[in-house]
Amino acid sequence: MTFLSHIITGLSLGSIYAIIALGYTMVYGIAKMLNFAHGDVIMVGAYVCFFAVTSYQLPAILAVPLAMVVCTILGIVIERLAYKPLRQAPSLAVLITAIGVSYFLQNSAQILWSASPKSFPSLFTVGGNKSLGLFGGQLQISYTAMATVLACIVIMLGLTWFTGNTKMGKAMRACSEDKAAAQLMGINVNFTISMTFAIGSALAAVAGVLMCSAYSYLLPTTGSLPGIKAFTAAVFGGIGSIPGAFLGGVLLGLIETFTKAYISTDLSDAVVFAVLIVVLLVKPAGLLGRYVPEKV
Amino acid sequence: MNKLSFRSMKGRKALSPFLNYAIVIAAFLAVQLALKMDMVSNSMQSLLVPVCCYVVMAISLNLTVGVLGELSLGHGGFMSLGAFSGIIVSVALKNLVPLSPLRLAISLAVGALFGAAGGVIIGVPVLRLRGDYLAIVTLAFGEIIKNVMQVLYIGVDEHGLHMSTKEAGLLLSETGTAIVKGPMGAVGVTKLATFTAGFLLILLTLLIVQNLVHSRAGRAIQALRDNRIAAESVGISPTKYKLIAFVISAALAGAAGALYGLNYSSTLASKFDFNTSILILVFVVLGGLGSIRGSIVAATVLTILPELLRNFDVKEYRMLIYAVILIVVMLVTNNPTLWSWIARFQRRKAEEKGGAEQ
Amino acid sequence: MKYTPREPVKLVPVPSTNKIPERDIDKSPILECRHLGIDFGGLAAVKDFNMAIGRTEIAGLIGPNGAGKTTVFNLLTKVYQPTRGTILLDGMDTNTMTTVQVNKAGIARTFQNIRLFNNLTVEDNVKLGLHNQVRYGLWSGIFRLPTYWKAEKQARERAMELLSIFDMGYLAHFKAGSLPYGAQRRLEIVRALATNPSLLLLDEPAAGMNPSETAELMDTIVKIRDTFGIAILLIEHDMNLVMGICEGIAVLNFGQIIAKGTPEEIKNDPVVIEAYLGKKKKEA
Repeated sequence: MTFLSHIITGLSLGSIYAIIALGYTMVYGIAKMLNFAHGDVIMVGAYVCFFAVTSYQLPAILAVPLAMVVCTILGIVIERLAYKPLRQAPSLAVLITAIGVSYFLQNSAQILWSASPKSFPSLFTVGGNKSLGLFGGQLQISYTAMATVLACIVIMLGLTWFTGNTKMGKAMRACSEDKAAAQLMGINVNFTISMTFAIGSALAAVAGVLMCSAYSYLLPTTGSLPGIKAFTAAVFGGIGSIPGAFLGGVLLGLIETFTKAYISTDLSDAVVFAVLIVVLLVKPAGLLGRYVPEKV
Repeated sequence: MNKLSFRSMKGRKALSPFLNYAIVIAAFLAVQLALKMDMVSNSMQSLLVPVCCYVVMAISLNLTVGVLGELSLGHGGFMSLGAFSGIIVSVALKNLVPLSPLRLAISLAVGALFGAAGGVIIGVPVLRLRGDYLAIVTLAFGEIIKNVMQVLYIGVDEHGLHMSTKEAGLLLSETGTAIVKGPMGAVGVTKLATFTAGFLLILLTLLIVQNLVHSRAGRAIQALRDNRIAAESVGISPTKYKLIAFVISAALAGAAGALYGLNYSSTLASKFDFNTSILILVFVVLGGLGSIRGSIVAATVLTILPELLRNFDVKEYRMLIYAVILIVVMLVTNNPTLWSWIARFQRRKAEEKGGAEQ
Repeated sequence: MKYTPREPVKLVPVPSTNKIPERDIDKSPILECRHLGIDFGGLAAVKDFNMAIGRTEIAGLIGPNGAGKTTVFNLLTKVYQPTRGTILLDGMDTNTMTTVQVNKAGIARTFQNIRLFNNLTVEDNVKLGLHNQVRYGLWSGIFRLPTYWKAEKQARERAMELLSIFDMGYLAHFKAGSLPYGAQRRLEIVRALATNPSLLLLDEPAAGMNPSETAELMDTIVKIRDTFGIAILLIEHDMNLVMGICEGIAVLNFGQIIAKGTPEEIKNDPVVIEAYLGKKKKEA
């Protein structure tokens, strides 16, 4: 039974990573940049939801979309102000800018909302219960975990459909392959990139709400480590690939949970990162990534 | 062919390395003088050694990022390796080598050795990876080092070194001391680091990096940065020269880490985390990729600046200001309109000068 | 890194080697490809490529765009590993070699899209070509031991000597990336020559040049062959250049050699004409 409950914990943690990683992978695929500020957008989303629920007594069904809208706008604003002017700049300059944005968000949050941790309420309850008891209460599955896994699957399928079948999605794929060619085909590249950031940031908000709902703990730095881990997950699965980000996120969550349960609580991060290194050595482009040799 | 339209490198290249030595020596003498005249505040004095460490870190990272052209986000990991190995050696040799400058030198050397070993371990398998993948693996490496050091307990007694993941597991004898105590970090360290030692380490770093860059191996490293395929086509082995650059960079970071660790009575593993790696990367990028002098200046200014800001009532906004400066500097320095404007200005000046000569 | 010398491979005359210039005929060819081929995802980009080049021959490889010419260069320099076939460089099988080892064994090349070390000076670019010719250790470089000074002087002199052969001495201290296009192309050739090759591969050396520059280039290529006594294989679309200086020409189409011979033979070959101009419509 404990094994089953570890699997459920792992899946729900993994789904959170996967949702963040999906945002990461889309942004990386199109902008070819390591957006280190992504993790902090998660944090902003969680704070917005937190204040909506506690200070303004909004129901979760309204608070979550509100957080998504705020993060979407934030994502577009960040892209326009900080990243767009650097489209032609060396990638290192963009990376440093992203780090600057990350510091900016963290410290703004600290000034606006104080550095003390907030206790996040559980958003997903059915009839006052937080979890569903199975096998006569031996196995407890929290509704948050169910919502997380469900949300993750829906988002993954939705994104796969979106990038494969809609005009916008195809434009995104075209831009990620070759921006100049896409532009010549009449695709508005700047708009497409902005939309990608919008989607990524909206996903970050969802992830933030789900994460804080599961761990009921919120700090200005809440987003940074999950952000890095989710990025690891995206690389793990093959960056730029949507099923890869999903797979990478879920595997990472499972590995982390099982390490905590069976090896060592303190060493879980080391194990996660070690697995990443090993995977990259065996498959340099990640599990589902495509290795593109340099053209001579 | 218009010979005036492109710039010759001859004059600049010949002068540059010596100027860097001169700047460092002059700065050292100036600080010594200020210390003698009691013009340096206590908080500034406490920054002298860290500044030296960060300068060495920045120069060494510049070797990887600027000269080799590979992004490393785990430079703090090598610093951590150097810091803890240096601390352990200095404590273990306390009775054996009573002379503290010599013990410091040995500790720095061991720190460099461990940094280099870390560089080899991570570099051999990983340097095959390209671009952002290398960045993410170095990031992972830094996090692993931090995480492992937070779990490890290391002590020393007359039987030698003991290592465990629990304090009770160290099994030290009565006279033994626990040096590294897991999450509490290294404790009870005798502060050996001095400003002079830091200054000498900077000089050594300059010597190694600058001479390397202007030698056969250094050219090969830069060739790999500029065009890997062309470099291979003229018989330059990518693995070998990438590894040389990476390991030297890691060794110098290890030495800097050892100096840093021996500047405080206790050191936490979390001091050398992702943010430290990023901090040093910021020094390198703001100072200019491949510019040794830029790294020195950026590391010095950006380490002292927060301390200067402390005097104003902006403590709360310090990091916020830092973040804004970072973004603005990146936006400004990478603004093509600005650069074309500067180029036009320079050209006009050159034309005026040329006109005057005729 | 050293390549292991192998048993000299017994030369079997390939039917198509009869185009080797007379002066090289008694000597074994510098390069011989036998049934060379590579597949990209099931598609054969080059198939059954047979060719032999004489010691001091200037050979041409021509064909329509996408015929696989550059792929042949990439196979010879081991940027790609061949799927099938053998490459014999001076009788030695290069099967297990890497790009670096192939260069040390004697093949140097230029690239279709110029690949210089743009942020280094012209002199440094040539010195990098001399990387395996003038050697000294890492530590003598870092600590400036006497070997460093001696070897650097030697490298500088050799580099200047090579540059002055191509009238580029005055450019030595400029950044390679800041040179005009034509000078960049020449520098790439100088750099390749600095590696002391026995076979030089030139990938579209005349691309982007006007007729007078091309004429100058033709003289240069012949001069290289005469001065260094090496073989040259070049890919080129400019027919004046190819017909003007090449002694043997192979025509590639869809990854396969469709014709081989002297310039005269190639000019009049109906298969070649068809490949370039398309099939004549059959009259009803």
